[in-house]
Amino acid sequence: MADTTAPAAPPARPAATRGWFRRRAQEPLAYGKRLWMRVFLFMTFALLYAPIITLVIFSFNDSRRNIVWRGFTLKYYERAWNNDGLFEAFVNSLTIAVVCTIFATIIGATVGLTLWRFRFPFKGAYEGFMALPIVIPEICMGVAMLVFFARIGWPTGMPWPFNLGSITIAHIAFSFPFVAVVVRARMAGFNRELEEASRDLGASEWQTFTGVILPYMRPGLIAGALLAFTLSLDDFVITFFTSGPDTVTFPVKVYSMVRFSVTPEVNAASTVLIVITMIATIIAMRLQAPHKTE
Amino acid sequence: MTDSMVSIRNVSKSFGSFVAVDDVSFDIRPNEFFALLGPSGCGKTTLLRMIAGLETTTEGEIFIDGEEMSTVPPNRRPVNMVFQSYAVFPHMSVEDNVAYGLKVAGHPRNEIAPLVAEALDMVQLPGLAKRKPDQLSGGQRQRVALARALVKRPKVLLLDEPLSALDAKLREHMQLELAHLQQRVGITFIIVTHDQDEALSMADRVAVMESGKIRQIDEPGTMYENPTNRFVADFIGRVNLLDASVTSTPGTDVVVAIDGIGAVPVPKAASASGKVCVAVRPEKIAVSKTEPEDTAIRARGRISDWAYYGDVSTMYVQIGGTRLSVLIQNETRETMNSLDIGDDVWVTWSPTDTLILDT
Repeated sequence: MADTTAPAAPPARPAATRGWFRRRAQEPLAYGKRLWMRVFLFMTFALLYAPIITLVIFSFNDSRRNIVWRGFTLKYYERAWNNDGLFEAFVNSLTIAVVCTIFATIIGATVGLTLWRFRFPFKGAYEGFMALPIVIPEICMGVAMLVFFARIGWPTGMPWPFNLGSITIAHIAFSFPFVAVVVRARMAGFNRELEEASRDLGASEWQTFTGVILPYMRPGLIAGALLAFTLSLDDFVITFFTSGPDTVTFPVKVYSMVRFSVTPEVNAASTVLIVITMIATIIAMRLQAPHKTE
Repeated sequence: MTDSMVSIRNVSKSFGSFVAVDDVSFDIRPNEFFALLGPSGCGKTTLLRMIAGLETTTEGEIFIDGEEMSTVPPNRRPVNMVFQSYAVFPHMSVEDNVAYGLKVAGHPRNEIAPLVAEALDMVQLPGLAKRKPDQLSGGQRQRVALARALVKRPKVLLLDEPLSALDAKLREHMQLELAHLQQRVGITFIIVTHDQDEALSMADRVAVMESGKIRQIDEPGTMYENPTNRFVADFIGRVNLLDASVTSTPGTDVVVAIDGIGAVPVPKAASASGKVCVAVRPEKIAVSKTEPEDTAIRARGRISDWAYYGDVSTMYVQIGGTRLSVLIQNETRETMNSLDIGDDVWVTWSPTDTLILDT
């Protein structure tokens, strides 16, 4: 700010520093004005979003082959909608994701709260084991789940939606630690005097939990739930090992379709999935935003 | 047990091997403004939290209005607390914060609103009822915490370092306001503070604590002018503590020999013999360039240092091996020019302003 308000005219610059290579005084934090920063930003966005944008654009391509643009059409959305196998897989995925989100959020929040609130023997070990599913390679989790369900003789061939049970359990198992970690991180910033103030003002433990702790935890809960939802919705590896022929999820179905050819149908279905996740994210962020005061 | 609102009986609290509060007993009268004063880590906050029920006592009993409290959880005690961080609920408006205590107690909705309005009026916060805590200043947040506690009509209001987060001007203003508020609502206030000005200016009685023990409980004036031990004399206000030894005890006086000053007669203290500590407050000492007449205690020294504060100055006078601090009022604009570092001066004070303390 100071340099822009300096009243005295700057002394004449030497000729060599004029023009393109002139060094201008820069505001300290105005990195957005620097060329290298702009290039860097552009490249990051291009790498992140170019594939996704291509996928969305080619879902409207009027061609069997996904290589050359041949005009706009919505017929592949129609075809994807009418593809019973794809549609079923889609419904399966959404069902699993919703159930998994509910359970993972409850279990994860409880674990997060326990780790934040209490001291108990072997807490460090407990915390480490709890977070294991975050670091274990997915392929190991998948095989473990497969062996586990085979060993206990998990019933197969049940009517929908009960046939999704094993996949849902596997999804809850690997997504609740993420919720726990997020909730715990959120609670780390909680001022314990708030809890004491609530008790001091006459609230019971339960009233304190619902009236003071839960509202504080809410952004963490929403973020954790969103994480669990997206993790479940797009999981392939673990699902692949726990799904049977009658319990195909969307990622598994897409994989089997792509093995023959990448059709715009897959693009269309993927686009719908992207839109659903984006809408879920926007809703979650709206809920998380502080309320505007009137 | 009559005429006591809070009664502390042989209360101790230890955390592992660390003893935070060590066998403390005292009574707080109804409608009293009582201050717990001490350096940080002396156990004053722990004691306050035990009264609130937020800590359990390791030993001893706490009575509030005649009732023993050890089995009563904090939400059932007739006390409310203003926390050091104010602990205003961030997700609630000012109004909801104040109403919280009434709501959880199951007061009917239509009774809550007028009580909340009255409480906000009492702490001079009307018109901010709909605001969120993050839209308030520190002073306003503190008023919310105060209203939230007072609306419950507690028998005792506990204040944990309530003014420490405010700037100096606001703090001075709030000291007066808290004192007035206490007189108006007629509730027993217990305030914890490490700031002696706060304790002396607001409280009816002050308890000075040191490492878990009460060192003295008295009214502010008595506490300042008649400290019973060296710690209290040193902690409350500024003081010159001089090593001395008793030479004789003629009649009602004690004659003590102070290094560099010589034999001085002082009114007799309870157990004065052998090595003692002589205390004199800096503002009780007078300085002059000319030799004073008929004063019992006088000594000649040289001004070695000078700290100027505007309204007052502290002058350090070296007398032999003894350094005395002297507080002088800058009564005229010329006062500070009349003396300077290096000047030889006479210092005098009255024997009645001298205290003998146990070392």
